[in-house]
Amino acid sequence: MTTLINPTPVPAPGNPVEPFLRSDRMPHIWCPGCGIGTTVNCFAQALIESKINLKTLALVSGIGCTGRVAGYVKLDSFHTTHGRAIPFATGMKMANPNLNVVVYSGDGDLSAIGGNHLIHAARRNVDLKVICVNNLIYAMTGGQTAPTTPGHATTSTSPYGTFEPAFNLPHLVEAAGAVYVARWTTFHVKQLARSIAEAFNKKGFSFIEVISPCPTLYQRRNKLGDGLDTMKYYKEKSKTKHGCPTSELGLTLSGEIIVGKFVDRDRPDYGSLLKAQMHESLGDKYVDYDEEQGYACGEDGGCEEDSCH
Amino acid sequence: MDGDHACCEGALAAGARFAAGYPITPSTEVVERFAQRVPVVGGCFIQMEDELAASIALQGGVWAGAKAFTVTSGPGFSLMMEHIGYAVMTETPCVFVDVQRGGPSTGLPTLPAQADMMQARWGSHGDYEIIALVPNSPQECFDLTIQAFNFSEEFRVPVMFMMDEVVGHMTEKVVIPPADQIEVTPRKHTHKSVEDYLAYGTNGDMVPEMVHAGEGYKFHVTGLTHDERGYPNMTPKVQHKLVNRLVDKIRSAEDRICLYEEDSTDDADVVVVSYGITSRVAQRAIDMARADGLRVGKLRLITAWPFPAKKIKELATHVKAFVMPELNLGQMVRELERAAGGKAKTLLVPHAGGSVHQPEEILAAIQEAVR
Repeated sequence: MTTLINPTPVPAPGNPVEPFLRSDRMPHIWCPGCGIGTTVNCFAQALIESKINLKTLALVSGIGCTGRVAGYVKLDSFHTTHGRAIPFATGMKMANPNLNVVVYSGDGDLSAIGGNHLIHAARRNVDLKVICVNNLIYAMTGGQTAPTTPGHATTSTSPYGTFEPAFNLPHLVEAAGAVYVARWTTFHVKQLARSIAEAFNKKGFSFIEVISPCPTLYQRRNKLGDGLDTMKYYKEKSKTKHGCPTSELGLTLSGEIIVGKFVDRDRPDYGSLLKAQMHESLGDKYVDYDEEQGYACGEDGGCEEDSCH
Repeated sequence: MDGDHACCEGALAAGARFAAGYPITPSTEVVERFAQRVPVVGGCFIQMEDELAASIALQGGVWAGAKAFTVTSGPGFSLMMEHIGYAVMTETPCVFVDVQRGGPSTGLPTLPAQADMMQARWGSHGDYEIIALVPNSPQECFDLTIQAFNFSEEFRVPVMFMMDEVVGHMTEKVVIPPADQIEVTPRKHTHKSVEDYLAYGTNGDMVPEMVHAGEGYKFHVTGLTHDERGYPNMTPKVQHKLVNRLVDKIRSAEDRICLYEEDSTDDADVVVVSYGITSRVAQRAIDMARADGLRVGKLRLITAWPFPAKKIKELATHVKAFVMPELNLGQMVRELERAAGGKAKTLLVPHAGGSVHQPEEILAAIQEAVR
């Protein structure tokens, strides 16, 4: 008679990024071939790689397809109004400097309606990590021209082709004062994850642009193929040029895409400048609110001291 | 101390330690004082690039744990409408101070009006309720700013603090009581564990409990129609439940929220209904009318929104007429008329702004009303 020993059940290999997602919100709304999901995967990989404390990590989005990222990540996540993710995030960072605040939004949200906030946050060097998924179009509303749409592209509001000059976003944010600027495409998953992880270790305004397909509205309308064709295009036409002057990073309809890390410099961030100035002007009278931890909870607030910050 | 400075002190006393602003006359003195005062009590101020940014930065501050507010005047208030809606939808407790000046558009930057009263109530899109308080003195700028913060925390609603240029720049004695005598409503923070907490769960109470970023709850906040978990759910059923609750949490507490000052209304033929700076001119007109032997009562609105319709309804059963002076061409008077329901006449004493009324104009209306 043989004794059967129950083997210890081997857990099914789960998706390593699943703990970072709100599985109860799946399926997501993104189209087949869309690149936003890929960027979220890279973001999750960066969280694993950087071993960042998830408890103090907050993610803020604006409106649009990328704006929906806030709804799918298992973090303190805020889906704000159109264009205003950056000022919302600025307020969070100021009220609690111990938070790590990520802004995750699209090109239209960040550079058109939110363009003013983008340049001012870069100027102030607010310690925010901005991930800008650039699909070169307004996707959520049906494929209208964005400030990033390259010349001659056809969109629903430029049926005869775009003729407005487009924003070169890395150039814009570098000029405004960002301390870290990189660009990748959704083909460059390893590099993108590494860049995001690197930005977590950088204090100040970091900006990572991710060129991403919108097969439904941009690629299809411009006869650029489907999601897979776009991956091939990104693979063939991307050129990694670290340190390339950002003035050379303009995009065209089907030309070269320069990717890489273009800016990595040090400049005191807004919070440090604020404190230094207050200490200088007020001396001992200055109450460092972030060390005080005085007002995070009301006196009847339910949170324990250790869970406040 | 002037009203603008008193408002700032009220905010500090209420526990506000973060403000985001953008300069605009005649409100700027509030944040100028805040910028000077807050670093020594543990907090910070940021001057944003515009009012759109200021009105959302303050809400980021609230979700990070601060009590926060912003200050503006008409043109800036117009830009802030987007985020009054966001605060309503996400139930972000915060205070918007509007030191009213003449409009429309750039209008009269340095002169008074009360012409943003309807905008305070209806300026953002969609169906909602907010609370609006109207001070008529620097002392009230202090006291009622605290009240505004307390209401905002209790009901998790943006509170509009509707000053005007005269109240803002008027200097009077302001008594600031010792801190232990000031009642401050703490944030309605949850006591629940991460597992049991639902960001927009209400448990029968119409105001959900709050948590802050960084506390480990991993919660989600959105301006989209959302369910009790805070997750987007764009169905008529969830919309119905959510929007009705947002409205009902204020409407069901109207009796407590509607503050007013009432004098000699019992045997009055005419009741003068006024608010803000106009109530002080109205007082002079009431005194003059009483000296002439007229039976005139006074109802001064301290809470403009929700409108004290119940009180007006009750008065309308035994007074002949209401007289309402406003520094606009007829805004709150529409509410007065609606509440009076035809049972008593309503007479508006309009004024397009730029100065306050002359008491004689209000007196003439009282005399006409008793006839």
